[in-house]
Amino acid sequence: MEKYCEMQAGRLVIYVPRELDHHEAGRLKMEADLLIDAYHVKNLVFDFSNTEFMDSSGIGVIIGRCRNIGYYGGEAVAQNLNDRVKKIFRVSGLHTLIPTVETGKNRQKGNGSI
Amino acid sequence: MQGNNNMKVSFDARSVNEAFARVTVAAFIAELNPTIDEVEDIKTAVSEAVTNAIIHAYDSPGEPVQLSCALKGNVVEIEVLDTGKGIGDVKKAMEPFYTTKPELERSGMGFAFMEAFMDDVRVTSAEGEGTRVWMCKTIGVQEG
Repeated sequence: MEKYCEMQAGRLVIYVPRELDHHEAGRLKMEADLLIDAYHVKNLVFDFSNTEFMDSSGIGVIIGRCRNIGYYGGEAVAQNLNDRVKKIFRVSGLHTLIPTVETGKNRQKGNGSI
Repeated sequence: MQGNNNMKVSFDARSVNEAFARVTVAAFIAELNPTIDEVEDIKTAVSEAVTNAIIHAYDSPGEPVQLSCALKGNVVEIEVLDTGKGIGDVKKAMEPFYTTKPELERSGMGFAFMEAFMDDVRVTSAEGEGTRVWMCKTIGVQEG
């Protein structure tokens, strides 16, 4: 089973799966919230290197996790969005809530976007 | 110039079928030679409509959701039907950020996404009878 979350130097990195829909959302939420609570996570990184599809269920997941780290005074960023995910961020207005960054690193090949 | 083509599938209202539904439609519309962006727009809209049916229409999984798709020239028409609870106030349900399931962290953006990614979206519903979502998109018309 693919691992979604990893603690890295006090930050929680969430590797968003290839397709983030309502079906995938449940396990990701559970895994992330366990770590957020256990480590009182303040810095959250959503890594979209591997993500090709996301619908509005994904928006709910992201906003929900941002709210949860908000209890600990935390901040979130989203990194390595392909054009499709950027479009979803734009249409939903999520880009005004979460800063997006490019690290130039892809988790695996075949990311699709150029 | 393409002719007409139709397909219809029925599947259980289980979340695992959300991916099945959108991939099925993506494969079916391939004969119109859509751009990647058009395919992704339609996949997202199908995912939203089917997810709504799966989450809201029934209290228990396994009830049927029917998905049909018609190609008429370069127009894709999609219909998602359930025979579940129905929506009391369709206008309200379509308002952005409105959700009846905030505890599930629903963003309330499903219909807004369908409207953003398709040319037209029409919803009819009757309480206790079910909901029909119809939407269409013309392929090959690039925005500005």
